[in-house]
Amino acid sequence: MNALALPTRRQEDWRYSDVEAVAAIWPTPAPTRIDVAAGDVARHHLLQDAADGTAAVHDYVITIADGARCDFHVLNIGGKLGRVTFHVTIGSQAHFELNGAILGGGDQTLEIITSVTHAKPDSTSGQTIRSILGGRATGSYLGSINVARDAQRTDAFQSVKAMLLDRTATANAKPELEIFADDVKCAHGATVGELDKAALFYMASRGMDPATAKTLLLRSFVAGVFDDVADEAVRQALEAAAIAKLEALV
Amino acid sequence: MLTIDNLTNAIDGKAILKGLSLTINAGEIHAIMGPNGAGKSTLAYTLGGRPGYDVTGGTATFDDADLFELEPHERAAAGLFLGFQYPVEIPGVSNLQFLRESLNAQKRARGENELNGGEFIRLAKEKAALLGLDMEMLKRPVNVGFSGGEKKRAEMVQMGILDPKLAILDETDSGLDIDALKIVGAGINAIMRKSDKAVLLITHYQRLLDYVKPDYVHVLAGGRIVKSGGPNLALELEREGYAEVVAA
Repeated sequence: MNALALPTRRQEDWRYSDVEAVAAIWPTPAPTRIDVAAGDVARHHLLQDAADGTAAVHDYVITIADGARCDFHVLNIGGKLGRVTFHVTIGSQAHFELNGAILGGGDQTLEIITSVTHAKPDSTSGQTIRSILGGRATGSYLGSINVARDAQRTDAFQSVKAMLLDRTATANAKPELEIFADDVKCAHGATVGELDKAALFYMASRGMDPATAKTLLLRSFVAGVFDDVADEAVRQALEAAAIAKLEALV
Repeated sequence: MLTIDNLTNAIDGKAILKGLSLTINAGEIHAIMGPNGAGKSTLAYTLGGRPGYDVTGGTATFDDADLFELEPHERAAAGLFLGFQYPVEIPGVSNLQFLRESLNAQKRARGENELNGGEFIRLAKEKAALLGLDMEMLKRPVNVGFSGGEKKRAEMVQMGILDPKLAILDETDSGLDIDALKIVGAGINAIMRKSDKAVLLITHYQRLLDYVKPDYVHVLAGGRIVKSGGPNLALELEREGYAEVVAA
């Protein structure tokens, strides 16, 4: 296959994507490489807030050497298509942590796609994704975890929760495990729900208008995603962008 | 303060309230008692505006406003408080955040100044102390992990902070032991026993009325008020049962 060929929805990791939107920016930029040296701790974040109607694709290729750690926070809220992918390889005694939120409305397609390879023994990874989708938006998380044959005592989890504000919105959550070692813990959980009507009436009965009540419930739903961002200014910027987007959604 | 005239309603097309009339003036405490299925909780939810509790006839006037023209949050801002029989749990939202948002939303709707963080905490502390609820409880998510009694006390703390004109308390006494019942009763008196406020207590049992003395007692049966009287009516009901009193 020609490396420059446009992706199609027949390809598994483009299955829920907006391939028409990506055509406008094809070929997409080269991936960002992050190499975390042995014993180091790296912290990265991405605020994907591309302009309305545009397409944005961010690809990351991350290698985490033995005894190292990489923390990544991503807020995916902008563009007609906003796609963020992670291709991660983790060494021994190393850790990868992804905390992400997808907040979409209108006809946005927002996705986070991960492929995490535990290549050596005693490595860990954690992925927590929270999505809120309104209008006709589609939010997808496709996450594969690959545990190599000698990567014993791997401990990995994926926690994916989505909240739909309208019947017309779509959430996809697709965890995928490929495990060749035998002493491994891989946990994954995925839920899709909508706002609790009993809670909304309770809040209204105390005086909250519907927008205030919904925003408060939604804030609590994504709270925690950015709690452990080490840089206070970055944390505030991500939270402020998330809150502004939530207020626009309700 | 509240005048209900010939109210009828339906839930999923089934008539529950069938011509209920009741007038509550400022300074009065009314108790509504009645057997299971009489429509007591339906009355509370209908006055609060819960979706699905459709008014099919009659009127309710709260101060000078048509209550049924107001959205639930507008009823709260107008001074109506609904104490829930089963308070709702809201994971991830602390009581303090919930109450501050609620109070300030009401104040915004009334064109009043919102409370700042410090003013709000002082108010919350005062009302929590009144109900014997630890401030630490108010830092936890709304009603999550609270015992039945703690939920009812937390409801009364909410009432104290929101300071309504009219409180409709739906079986606030259920789930309370005798000590908690005394505290909650004293709390209701301290917050609501005022010349410019009124209370509608909905209860199965006389025992709450030992602590919150009603001025009027009504018997609700079959979707209507079938008998009204003074405090003694509650004692009569306790002694003789609903069937006897309703038939008389």
